[in-house]
Amino acid sequence: MNRDELTPDKIEDLIACPKCDSVYDVGYVDKGDRARCDVCHYPLISRRRDAGLLIIAMSTAAFVLVIAALFVPFIKIQRLGFQNETTILDAALAFSDGPMILLSLATVGLIVGLPALRLGLTIYTLTPIVFDRKPWPGAHRAFWLSENLKPWSMVEIFVIGTAVALVKLTDLARVELGPAFWMFAALVILVIVKDTFTCRWSVWRALEQ
Amino acid sequence: MSVTAKELGLVGCRTCEKVWPMGTPRCERCGARLISRDRRSLQRVWAWWFAGILAYIPANIYPMLITTTLFRNQEDTIIAGAIQLAAYGSWGVAIIILVASVAIPLGKFFAIAYLALSVGHRTAMTPFQRHVIFEVVEFIGRWSMIDVFVVAILSSLVQLSVVASINPGIAALAFALSVIFTMLSAKSFDSRMIWDRIEEDKHEGEHAT
Repeated sequence: MNRDELTPDKIEDLIACPKCDSVYDVGYVDKGDRARCDVCHYPLISRRRDAGLLIIAMSTAAFVLVIAALFVPFIKIQRLGFQNETTILDAALAFSDGPMILLSLATVGLIVGLPALRLGLTIYTLTPIVFDRKPWPGAHRAFWLSENLKPWSMVEIFVIGTAVALVKLTDLARVELGPAFWMFAALVILVIVKDTFTCRWSVWRALEQ
Repeated sequence: MSVTAKELGLVGCRTCEKVWPMGTPRCERCGARLISRDRRSLQRVWAWWFAGILAYIPANIYPMLITTTLFRNQEDTIIAGAIQLAAYGSWGVAIIILVASVAIPLGKFFAIAYLALSVGHRTAMTPFQRHVIFEVVEFIGRWSMIDVFVVAILSSLVQLSVVASINPGIAALAFALSVIFTMLSAKSFDSRMIWDRIEEDKHEGEHAT
């Protein structure tokens, strides 16, 4: 490809890898097609048949799990007749004195707020697309935000953190996992599968039409 | 041989992969700002990098956990806590904590500095190797938050009146800030700059032959 071949129609068919700027001519892309960047191996396109409905279903299930998990016990410990039970919000709000309150707010955001927001944004963006309707107002912004918040949604790190905390506690007290832990564990799997099924290129193209 | 958008006089959208003629201010599909190579991004990389280092120092000096049991009151820094775990025989957890809170943050500071300094210079590493370093830094950086979550869970859970109680130390806040700043530093880096040097080499090669 060189500069002289570039007509406006031609440019329409091109995509550039966001990581290394390599240009590819994609032309017609069929359902089920996948493409990785030749230069840096970044996944550019990964279309799956009927992924949309599946993503909406998984996002809805995950959203329900995040919210429901807030109201049931997370972990319980016992020692010498004393016992204590926490919920996920108690854990997130553990930093309460003075400047530490900032850390509490950040923790609530990272493990509950942002994951829930991303799921909501995904449902908002994809529902009209999957049912062949006009995108809802602000869908561009919603999808952009959902993509950019991805690294800040830390549910999986929190679940592994719980496992580490349990090991630290085994010598000190008897520990019991509550339903909220298992809900979060299921949530992690749903979010990971949902994110791998989401093809950004397809969503952006659908939002354009 | 692949060709970059910059070489073709085009600019690629980093959000939705669409390609536009150079000079287009905003992507008409997703609304993101279009920049061919964000040179000023290096300033942001360094600013967050220094903020991250500054926060990392108190994170290691001050206590992360304050444990009060029947007979004693103990304040542990990140490293002291891990050493203690190892002393009790929990080698696995000690290693997880040391890797997540010491090896990963330090490795990240070095890796980001190397990537930022090597932009526009010849290096012993190929662009692909540098690209892999960048991907690893982006992927693994968030996992350092694990120690903050462990502290949050322990602090909310272990509140057994006189028997045992655990409270967070100020280092938890400093450490969380350090992780967030370094994530922002890595996110500010425009990875397309890693690949620009090969373009120049390629042209030099063409002149030579």
